[in-house]
Amino acid sequence: MMRNLFAALSGGLFGAGLLVSGMVDTTKVQGWLDIFGAWDPTLAFVMGGAILPMMVAWQVARRRKVALLGSALPEAPDPRVGHNLVIGSVLFGAGWGLAGLCPGPAMASLSFGGIGGLVFLVAMMAGMWAAPALRQRIDRLATA
Amino acid sequence: MILNPTDWLWGLIGGLMIGGAGAVFLLANGRVMGASGILGGLVDRSGWATWAERLSFIAGLVLVPALMLPLFGPRETHVTDNIGVIVAAGLLVGIGTRLANGCTSGHGVCGISRFSLRGIVATVFYLLAGGMIMVAARHWLGII
Repeated sequence: MMRNLFAALSGGLFGAGLLVSGMVDTTKVQGWLDIFGAWDPTLAFVMGGAILPMMVAWQVARRRKVALLGSALPEAPDPRVGHNLVIGSVLFGAGWGLAGLCPGPAMASLSFGGIGGLVFLVAMMAGMWAAPALRQRIDRLATA
Repeated sequence: MILNPTDWLWGLIGGLMIGGAGAVFLLANGRVMGASGILGGLVDRSGWATWAERLSFIAGLVLVPALMLPLFGPRETHVTDNIGVIVAAGLLVGIGTRLANGCTSGHGVCGISRFSLRGIVATVFYLLAGGMIMVAARHWLGII
């Protein structure tokens, strides 16, 4: 129960931050990516602002054995950079650039994003559903 | 370049809230706050064991912005009305984030803040791909 409560609290704060920062507005995201147009640096402030408290949180996590609710903390980051990380990030970036939406804002804007936002969310979930099979194919090609 | 200091300030405040959300999820629940992983684990059932926690996070993420709208005024996502672009972008984001095992929140915010090589590499590739596709689609193809 407490796990769900804190998860909802975290999700709610995430959503509030996305709304307040303007990152639910695709023109601000695409404005950041559009270095040859009316470049909008807001996203850098959002990223910088988000990384600061997380840096503190990781330092606190390093000094603890378990999380507050008793479960294990994440292991040290995996240092292996594989082909799926690169291929996946390029595909994700392409979609992000096209629509100006990434997974967080796509969910946060569900209540006011209209039909377009809903269609994006459904297509994104379809892509997520198809990804494991695609990953197997890519791995087979990579090891062939 | 758009010179609007209030946008940057709201971006920074919203960013701090997003980082705070990630800190809560890490230190209370012991988990990395990645929007694509939380949703993707439900879609492909790989995260079925923690479904309640995932669903609680998503509920907060969707409902809190909806409840904030009366206070902060209506928001517009300005998502394109080209349905083909929306579907293609959604599929790319869904497939890409699952192949790469993370998106802007997981790799960007949570990865960079602990100097994870995978997080940094992913962020470089999705920013580059996003910028190139965005600029090509807007200034060259004229589809967005």
